Amino acid sequence: MNQQHSWDRTVVESIAHGLKDKPGALMPILRRIQDELGWVPRDSVPVLAEILNLSRAEVHGVLSFYHDFRHEPPGRFVVKVCRAESCQAMGGVALAEHVRHRLGCEFGATSADGEFTLEPVYCLGNCACSPAVVVNGVLLGRVTPERFDAAVAALNGNNR
Amino acid sequence: MTTRVYLPCDSGARSLGADAVANAIAVEARQRGLAVEVIRTGSRGLYWLEPMIEVEKSGDRLAYGPVTVAEVGGLFDADFLHGGNHKLALGVPGEVPYLKRQERLTFARIGITDPVSVDDYIEHGGYRALERALALSPEQIVEEITVSGLRGRGGAGFPAGIKWRTTLQTNAPQKYVIANADEGDSGTFADRMIMEGDPFVLIEGMTIAAIAVGATQGYIYLRSEYPDSLRMLETAINAAMVRNYLGENLCGSGKRFMLEVRVGAGAYICGEETAMLESLEGKRGMVRFKPPVPAISGLFGRPSVINNVVTLASVPIILERGGAFYKDFGMGRSRGTVPIQLAGNVKRPGLIEKAFGVSLREIIYDYGGGTASGRPLRAVQIGGPLGAYFPEPLLDLPFDYEAIAAQGGLLGHGGIVVFDDSVDLARQARYAMEFCALESCGKCTPCRIGSIRGMEVIDRILAVRNGEKAGELELLRDLCDTMTAGSLCALGGLTPLPVVSALKHFPQDFGLSASP
Repeated sequence: MNQQHSWDRTVVESIAHGLKDKPGALMPILRRIQDELGWVPRDSVPVLAEILNLSRAEVHGVLSFYHDFRHEPPGRFVVKVCRAESCQAMGGVALAEHVRHRLGCEFGATSADGEFTLEPVYCLGNCACSPAVVVNGVLLGRVTPERFDAAVAALNGNNR
Repeated sequence: MTTRVYLPCDSGARSLGADAVANAIAVEARQRGLAVEVIRTGSRGLYWLEPMIEVEKSGDRLAYGPVTVAEVGGLFDADFLHGGNHKLALGVPGEVPYLKRQERLTFARIGITDPVSVDDYIEHGGYRALERALALSPEQIVEEITVSGLRGRGGAGFPAGIKWRTTLQTNAPQKYVIANADEGDSGTFADRMIMEGDPFVLIEGMTIAAIAVGATQGYIYLRSEYPDSLRMLETAINAAMVRNYLGENLCGSGKRFMLEVRVGAGAYICGEETAMLESLEGKRGMVRFKPPVPAISGLFGRPSVINNVVTLASVPIILERGGAFYKDFGMGRSRGTVPIQLAGNVKRPGLIEKAFGVSLREIIYDYGGGTASGRPLRAVQIGGPLGAYFPEPLLDLPFDYEAIAAQGGLLGHGGIVVFDDSVDLARQARYAMEFCALESCGKCTPCRIGSIRGMEVIDRILAVRNGEKAGELELLRDLCDTMTAGSLCALGGLTPLPVVSALKHFPQDFGLSASP
């Protein structure tokens, strides 16, 4: 997808101005932008560089280093599936396949209808309740394909 | 009279429906005209019984679990509020063998108290250690930690007392105490349980560290995957500020210690202490050269004590009971207790705090009850994604830094992931390389590129016929040697552990007839 997504420059500016005096401010600023917008627009790089008196390369370097930061807006719901060892030991690989088919999108992508963004995650710290997924910000443990489908159906029920 | 019902707010319990159960209890009580107060606690760590609820009866607590919303009506019918009999009744939680046979020092309060109540914390022994620390000299505090034999619980096992002494003896206008809460290893959740279930014990430990080394600012570097921990920590920090357990005038002593939580952004490498420092400074999480060690030149170039959450949370019990008390637990050079996190394909997963020295077999079978699937156990991975895979015959090893290292493994942060006989160790070895490739910071070529070559060579080993494997195997071993010797930090340096151990103990999964 190469389309341009619109974003509110004033949100980015006000976050950056609000946090810029913290030691090591760039990380808290990027986190806050992602929390508020759901993603961090690449075009915000020069804005942040200017406010923080950093080079664009420095800001881009940080933004592109961390897995969390999205470079495009996510779908309406974000689904994260743990791909790490404890969940693998409890059927996580098959569950991940099920989720991929159910949502109709690959890991790291958004479904064509814009409903779901599917992200891999490497450990949610819920290893004693493996396998674990996060559906729309809600952590689920001991997830079966049926339980996952029910969670997704409940989302649609609440929001449509 | 209002009856109290205790129910965890731990994210693991919540992931199994604890919030819905709490709600159902409140609704059911209202409908029946009963006065019930639901108090959210941390988790006792008996995760197969979560959501586990507890009620008070003649000074003791009685537990029921695992409770679903559908069971709530039946529990009321059975008068569980007064300890009535029910098929989910577990009796006194402390008498459940899994818990009874533990030695809970660091986790003593978790599951019992309201995690964000200062009063509850104090009532259950909290802040006695800080009081004592404020009466001691910095040297005396460091001495207690040194005597206790406490080693870093994050994975490296470095003696905490030496770190603290180094920072204490380094003069600087600003020093820091940093809690490494970037608990990224699969199979581990002890840090999370502390932060969600007893955040004050971490805060108190950090405050004592600050007084000991002369630091006035602390950071908790928290992974972004733990939103519940963030909420609990921030609530607890604010509560501690109000009561002068943090802030400008600690308990009226005139000493200052400020604490802030910083949230990471999904980079495993930031659990490595120097990458974490870079991230805290607002940069890419690239590993630094050592020396200088962070204890001398850490955050913003200032002396910084960096310890894992469990390490810092073990400080209050040491200061309260004395270093000698703590040292009495354990074996060899592994002193004190360790929170063992049992996960993966196991019937009774959970947290087991024991003195070092308990055997893997006892943990996995006596506590864990064997595999969840009921199939034979085939492998266990100890110490996270950089830890070795051990076969069943090695399970008699004691849980001890040196004993596990002697078998080519790693105790790490204390996680054990159990696999049944459906596991393919070649696939796990390939995953280890894949994970390294994904999470490498890119500074060292053997880690950045070697991990990708590692995936390719494992694919080739699996693809070629038996007679042709020798050359590829030699290549893989050579590559692992290069990664071990040529990487600055543990990610590139230890990724070969799961790979080589899988190859050594499970050659048949690579299509080899015997151990090469």
